[in-house]
Amino acid sequence: MELNELACHELHEKLAKKEITSMDIVKAVEKQIAATEKNIHAYITIFDDMEEQARKIVDKLTSGQVDKESLLWGIPVAIKDNICMDGRRTTAGSKILHNFIPPYDATVIEKLKNAGVIFIGKTNMDEFAFGSSTETSNFGPTINPSREGRVPGGSSGGSAAAVAADEAILSLGSDTGGSIRQPASLCGVVGMKPTYGRVSRYGLIAFGSSLDQIGPFSRDVTDCAILLNALSGYDSRDSTSVNRPVPDYTKALTKNIRGVKIGIPKEYFIEGINAEVKKAVERAIETLKKLGAEVVEISLPHTEYAVATYYIVATAEASSNLARYDGVKYGHRKEGTSIVDMYGKTRADGFGKEAKRRIMLGTYALSAGYYDAYYLKANKVRTLIRQDFEKVFAKVDVIITPTSPTPAFKIGEKLDDPLKMYLSDIFTISANLAGIPGISIPCGLTKNDLPIGLQILGKHFDEEGILRVAYAYEQISKRGFYGL
Amino acid sequence: MDYEIVIGLEVHVHMKTRSKMFCSCSSEFGAEPNTHTCPVCQGMPGVLPVINKKAVELAIKSALALNCEIAPRCIFSRKNYFYPDLPKNYQISQYDIPLAEHGFLEIPGKRIEIKRVHMEEDAGKLVHSGAGIEGSVYSLVDFNRTGIPLLEIVSEPDISSSEEAYLYLNMLKQVLQYLNVSDCDMEKGSLRCDANISVRKPGGEMGVKTELKNMNSFKAVQVALEYEAKRQIQILDDGGKIIQETRLWDEKKGETFSMRSKEEDCDYRYFPEPDLVPLEVSEEWKEEIKKGLAEMPSIRLQRFVSEYGLPEYDAGVLSSSRELADYFEECVKAYPKPKIVSNWIMTELMGLLNEKNISISECRVSSQSLGEMLKLIEDGTINGKIAKEIFPQMFDTGRPAKEIIAEKSLTQIIDQGEIAKVAEKIIAENPKVVADYKAGNEKLLAFLIGQVMKVTKGKANPQLVNKILREKI
Repeated sequence: MELNELACHELHEKLAKKEITSMDIVKAVEKQIAATEKNIHAYITIFDDMEEQARKIVDKLTSGQVDKESLLWGIPVAIKDNICMDGRRTTAGSKILHNFIPPYDATVIEKLKNAGVIFIGKTNMDEFAFGSSTETSNFGPTINPSREGRVPGGSSGGSAAAVAADEAILSLGSDTGGSIRQPASLCGVVGMKPTYGRVSRYGLIAFGSSLDQIGPFSRDVTDCAILLNALSGYDSRDSTSVNRPVPDYTKALTKNIRGVKIGIPKEYFIEGINAEVKKAVERAIETLKKLGAEVVEISLPHTEYAVATYYIVATAEASSNLARYDGVKYGHRKEGTSIVDMYGKTRADGFGKEAKRRIMLGTYALSAGYYDAYYLKANKVRTLIRQDFEKVFAKVDVIITPTSPTPAFKIGEKLDDPLKMYLSDIFTISANLAGIPGISIPCGLTKNDLPIGLQILGKHFDEEGILRVAYAYEQISKRGFYGL
Repeated sequence: MDYEIVIGLEVHVHMKTRSKMFCSCSSEFGAEPNTHTCPVCQGMPGVLPVINKKAVELAIKSALALNCEIAPRCIFSRKNYFYPDLPKNYQISQYDIPLAEHGFLEIPGKRIEIKRVHMEEDAGKLVHSGAGIEGSVYSLVDFNRTGIPLLEIVSEPDISSSEEAYLYLNMLKQVLQYLNVSDCDMEKGSLRCDANISVRKPGGEMGVKTELKNMNSFKAVQVALEYEAKRQIQILDDGGKIIQETRLWDEKKGETFSMRSKEEDCDYRYFPEPDLVPLEVSEEWKEEIKKGLAEMPSIRLQRFVSEYGLPEYDAGVLSSSRELADYFEECVKAYPKPKIVSNWIMTELMGLLNEKNISISECRVSSQSLGEMLKLIEDGTINGKIAKEIFPQMFDTGRPAKEIIAEKSLTQIIDQGEIAKVAEKIIAENPKVVADYKAGNEKLLAFLIGQVMKVTKGKANPQLVNKILREKI
């Protein structure tokens, strides 16, 4: 196996023993990018200073600039292009920010710098994270590494594809309604959305502020826990981050899930779900039972309202969050005959079709006379959805569902049918509305070799609970063997 | 026909915090453009606001002083509109659950109810190359002011005349200055006032209101309201209808003109700011702030009367600003004769302050220094006349009285031998006056005292001169 195909924890062992250097890994990643990137297009920007970063890493370790305890030093990591990096172009996949270079680092970037990672580049994404296929990017679509002509999912499609195509060891994504978990599922990698408030949002270009959360992509559950350790924690610059201690998530990886209570929501195994996906998830549940977990059927009665609720709350917030892109201060500008004309031309030219659709939807939902019927109502339903989970979590430890109703679909298949596209997040959206953590791990392949993802949802701040179950399943299912 | 005037005022003040409402940039006034800025107040992608605790404290303080109920849990909301001085194209403000409601402010003879007190961030400043944003080739934006904490105080429509509006603004300013919440300086833009006004037949239904903007002084608010009341009454008397609209005050022309009608009003699409969690004000926090509240002007006035025995008039003048009242009290500590201190402050000191147009906080004579000078009068080192002569020098230079006296050898002559010598000389030179005095013309003694004073260049102690002359004659 090439170095770029290994997991972070495997590479760290070799680095620690000085069997390899960070430069060796960087060169392997660069070689892979040179070979496959033209077919995958996982990146919007690839940094040309990766080798320089690798050369400096040993000095940084000895001088104390990098945390010596870090399991991430020297490991190449890809960053979704909606996470700001000082001096590096950050576009959010949009023309309106095609030339924007932030003068500051997101908090997660500061943390990764302290951890000593090597930054590979900025990954492709749906424009402003508006989408489930990475097709709405201004920079062209990303292709699913498992199969030509298929989408990688989205919006963090580039980050998922980079890890799946061995063009990165780890990557960061953001998840507003499933944007980490759904592409992880479609690309066959591990992706986690932490609890809302676990990871600082400072420096993450906002989509739906009350829903957005940054999280890790990795090859396996162990790497997910390692990266989550580095990302988590309170940040005084983000008032919505929560001040509570960060456990060592790798301690949760015990293989022992005897007596763990798993809830299966009946509302999630509905018509329209792909038969192969259903079968794979059911097989995974059987496997967990055999490992000693207790499986019970549960009900989340307000599930059917989740998509509608989400598309009001998320677009309302987005319509306001995207108002700042007006051509006045930074980013794209198209000159006009007056300030209002300049606003109009800049935004008409700078935003893509889906962004415009969501700005219109959100603006409408917040307008005088409609606010109560839409935004206010949606927030009431959101409370009901949250309460559904609270009730269920009084009885079970985790909930298991498919991550996505279908495996990777064809490029262009849903692009002109927004409703169909929105439904591909039907199983992931509720977790964002409730603020709870969720992970997607691979649980099989279709006959056409398309990856299938298993979603595990947990209680607020119980990332350990979902990692424990995910790890136990992963250890049994490793190397393509998904059932007992 | 008679009309009743109904006025409500919306006052915005800059709160005196060191940093901005939602970031750590300095909120100092008058810096080079765009030097007090950061990604947060420039509205860059991905940045987040963090509430300035000091600003909340000042807001709570003000709300308590205005007798408001403080909400145990309030929220910030986004007010959405596009304008280039607003980098995020939304303003973080408070909407349906403000910090405080249901207060009041006493003006002479009346209580004006306060509807709400809330916090928000200020916008930036635009500098146009031509006339206004549409009439300019380009406009420049200064984001120094963006994000400076604002306190908005909204009155109920309880104000019934332009004079009352003027009084209300002055009382409000006094309170906020007392609390050290704001300078309330309309020229520096640290206080802005919009006015809602309507007229109605006595006891009748509320009339249609107009909103007045662009008044640059309290006096301008008063004059604009007077003008607008007359304008509305004229329209109604002529059988016309008032249109609900926003009108701008034109100071030069002395009239208001229509800016936009209600139909053209923006839909601000307020919704709760998702980047901030609700602000909780605990009972303990509220009580702590309450304890630290400064004495309000009306209460201090009463105390000046009862504690120092000052006439109501003196107490009113001295308690009109916190700085002046503090100055007076410190001075009394140095020289414990309140009425004498009051006289000196109200005549000599305030005379010079007015003449030079500076405020008490800029005054170079410290309260300690004034007290020491008054002591010098009392112990006979100088007389009152000399004191009045040297005080302007103290005022200009900030030097203590003792120094000036020593330098100009103005120390009073209390050596009886020295005075006696001069007195004998004057008596010898004026035999006729002395004879007339002896014959019963008592008034002539004053002439002789004057002559002695003249020779001693005003330095002789007048009581001693009087005594010695009487003895010698």
